[in-house]
Amino acid sequence: MANFKIENIALKGIACCVPKTTEKTENYPFASEQEYKTFVNGTGIVERRVADDAICTSDMCFAAAEQLIKDMGIDKNQIKVLVFVSQSTDYLLPATAVILQDKLNLPKSCLAFDVGLGCSGYVYGLSIVGSLLQNMESGYALLLAGDKSTISSHEKDKSTRPLFGDAGSATLLEKQKNDNPMFFNLQSDGSGHESIIIRGGGTRLPYTQANLDDREIETGIVRNDLSLEMNGVDVFNFSLKEVKPNITELLENTSKTLEDIDFFVMHQANKFLNETVRKKIKFPLEKTPYSIATFGNTSSASIPLTLTTQLYKELANSQLNLLLSGFGVGLSWGSVFLSTTNIKVSELVEI
Amino acid sequence: MMNIEEFTRGLENEFEDIEHGTLTPDMNYRDIPAFNSMYALIIIAYIDSEFDVLLTGEELRQTNTVRDLYTLIQSKK
Repeated sequence: MANFKIENIALKGIACCVPKTTEKTENYPFASEQEYKTFVNGTGIVERRVADDAICTSDMCFAAAEQLIKDMGIDKNQIKVLVFVSQSTDYLLPATAVILQDKLNLPKSCLAFDVGLGCSGYVYGLSIVGSLLQNMESGYALLLAGDKSTISSHEKDKSTRPLFGDAGSATLLEKQKNDNPMFFNLQSDGSGHESIIIRGGGTRLPYTQANLDDREIETGIVRNDLSLEMNGVDVFNFSLKEVKPNITELLENTSKTLEDIDFFVMHQANKFLNETVRKKIKFPLEKTPYSIATFGNTSSASIPLTLTTQLYKELANSQLNLLLSGFGVGLSWGSVFLSTTNIKVSELVEI
Repeated sequence: MMNIEEFTRGLENEFEDIEHGTLTPDMNYRDIPAFNSMYALIIIAYIDSEFDVLLTGEELRQTNTVRDLYTLIQSKK
């Protein structure tokens, strides 16, 4: 397993942005009241935010980043790294991160690129920007992570449409001498790449008009080649199998125990899945915050969105040991143990 | 290991909104009113926590009755 630590990097602030438009689960056309109840009780999702046609993932990340930079009062010229983690980029090319460098008015000395990960993307993103910044003299790194998943969840697919919400996040890290390394354990298993997939529009299945032909997979599940396709049972099996050993190994390598962790923040996949993982790890519920009820599954933004909406007081006013864990599409998964001290948490931006 | 009756009752307790005694060892569990994919997750989670046996989606798809599940667990213990 890829176990490593990053030293002399501090997480300094987080901001998140969601669209104003709210869609309530009760308004989704489920086949029956019973099906609706099972969905809400299982996933825990009461409502989620949906971006209209004019809003891209990059717009949400841009708004979050502007807010964060303003709230922190930092010099933009000191931002040397910008990584955009997303599966919903502005264009096939160029990389959205480069466009954001210009929009955010960052200096040309800033390196910028995209990373195409989802559920695991925030943890991976922290490791990427942290590793790059670690080798620089000084400065900041900006991690922008999020997705507009509703662009690809088919309106008539009950297994994805009411599950995914849209959100963007911005996290600022600084090169800074300290004694609190970040410890990572990152993993991959591409044999499960079909568990969550959009098949068409890439080079394996290039776009043609036929990509848009809807097919009824089963009652209540309609998709086309450009739709997000998910095998929930396989993702569930994978999460139960892999997350716990990943965390156990991470803690062993850091000489930490579960008692050292103030909060355990998981990618918000669905409540039942998350709770099953939490019980397996035997970690207390009161230290496991959730944001899924009001935002749904927001892909790589789900961890920062949970941090900023559920833990803003604790993050702003104290020193915390956090265990963050992301798992899903790829299949890709990873965890990080890190410490924060009085970080800046911006108010949720709505656009 | 618990017997088939205990397993059936235990599994039934995990499902919401079903009357006690509805589930029997030889009925197709997919015939439970309102059975949907969330129930599949509940079955996998229950079997994992009680028996430390993690069923794959494919293994689950090949079962129909509660007894099939029970037999599958025994074969994987």
